[in-house]
Amino acid sequence: MSTKKLLLRFPKCETEKPIVYQLVKEYNLMINIFAAKVTQDQEGFLVLDITGEDEWIERGMDYVRSFGVLIQTVDSGIVRDLDLCTHCGNCLSHCPTHALHIADQQTMKVELNQSLCIACSACIVNCPYGACSSVF
Amino acid sequence: MKTYQEINDKIRSGKALVLTAAEISDYVERHGAQKALAEVDVVTTATFGPMCSSGCFLNFGQCVPKIRITDCTIDGVMAYSGLAAVDAYLGATQLRVNAPANLVFPGDFSFGGGHVIEKLVAGEMVEVIATSYGTQEYPRRELRTEISIRDLNQAIMVNPRNCYQNYNVAVNRSRKRLYTYLGQLEPEMKNASYCSAGQLSPLLNDPWYETIGIGTAVWLAGARGHVHAEGTQHCPSCRRSDNGVPMEGAGTLGLTADMKQMRGKYVRGCSFRGYGASLALGIGIPIPILHEGILRQVCVRDRDILAPVIDYSEDYPMKTGNVLGYVTYEQLKSGQIELDGKKIETSSLSSYPLALEIAEMLKEEIRSGNFLLSEPLQRLPREQAMKPFPVREKSI
Repeated sequence: MSTKKLLLRFPKCETEKPIVYQLVKEYNLMINIFAAKVTQDQEGFLVLDITGEDEWIERGMDYVRSFGVLIQTVDSGIVRDLDLCTHCGNCLSHCPTHALHIADQQTMKVELNQSLCIACSACIVNCPYGACSSVF
Repeated sequence: MKTYQEINDKIRSGKALVLTAAEISDYVERHGAQKALAEVDVVTTATFGPMCSSGCFLNFGQCVPKIRITDCTIDGVMAYSGLAAVDAYLGATQLRVNAPANLVFPGDFSFGGGHVIEKLVAGEMVEVIATSYGTQEYPRRELRTEISIRDLNQAIMVNPRNCYQNYNVAVNRSRKRLYTYLGQLEPEMKNASYCSAGQLSPLLNDPWYETIGIGTAVWLAGARGHVHAEGTQHCPSCRRSDNGVPMEGAGTLGLTADMKQMRGKYVRGCSFRGYGASLALGIGIPIPILHEGILRQVCVRDRDILAPVIDYSEDYPMKTGNVLGYVTYEQLKSGQIELDGKKIETSSLSSYPLALEIAEMLKEEIRSGNFLLSEPLQRLPREQAMKPFPVREKSI
């Protein structure tokens, strides 16, 4: 058993098909959806955790790809633009899981631990420089 | 005892020993004060953070036919034009003319004067719209054009108040969230916010303004600039620790430098939800080690510097003067302070990593002979209180 965090990008024509349902029913996968969105152009995004036997995950992903769905491994979906980040640390007390943290007290640089990030968006609204954004 | 001249001679010959304010304490501890005093010539200090009282004078040059500008916007942000024909002053916190501000609270203030200044320094194009009532020698009534900083005759940053000596630590004792210039403050003191580079900050290393005065050469966002005046609200008469270091805002600096020489990384527009737009700047100031007293002062560490914890829900807006307690920058930088037995997580608006980077860069510039020190022409006031804004009914 393993768990993968994936970003699925659905082309316009496939947003109406119950693909996730099939992943559960036919491929024995446990699905935990973090974010889902259909854009104005009717393209779909889905961020999910998939848990199951490696073999079933592989087959399930082949099934998803057969619809022209693009699969990317992602972290939380929160992206920090290091060109914009000043490492001021205003985000620190707003990040509920301490995904944003200072690893080295000498340099005081702000690090992002993606595995702790729950994509709550607190960093997005609190960053004075717009360094954090969501991929969706 | 050393003089400015002796230190500059050593800098010119590439022999000056320069350390950052982060390094000097350990150096003195390792080698002793006497050896350090004999060897160290300059200590560099620095800070990077939002500094609302900043802006720039711009001169557009003349078009044909000529214009005497009465109103002007740059990327939609009003620039003050009550000056000569094509001069304007663009302020860091000015919003776009049609900005919704806090009409729908909290506003996001995504763009303002600081962002225009950032774009200018980055070399990007900005749109200028100017109008005039027209005169005989300046007949043009309107102008719409696109320019970059290269098109301007002058772009001179003139900041009335930078480099606050020390600053408040903001908390929120109320039950509703506050949106302030120190960021979002969660109810019932769930977080605390501060804004100072602490032991690296210029005026915390020169608490009595012995070497930093009017005329002192500074590194302003990569350009060689100067202290042109005491900063607005310069208030040296305040509570101080035994080491002379202020326990509140205290001193400030008026700084100026040529914007055409600045580097984009250290000139950054910033936005505070529910509060407004501003400009964050990187500043470095060298301190010459003229005598033992100055050496002692630059050895100040985060643990020796106290900042006042202020409630921004009541005490700050109502100016009660109430201080909830004092904490050190060592505590603040650890990520957590303790107040009345309650642990509070901290956020910083000032970037210590960028301050460190600037202090290192300035150190290299001085070492390589590219940055000479200048002796202040005039000292900053060491005694001066802050006056209130009198609210008076005008008599008829």
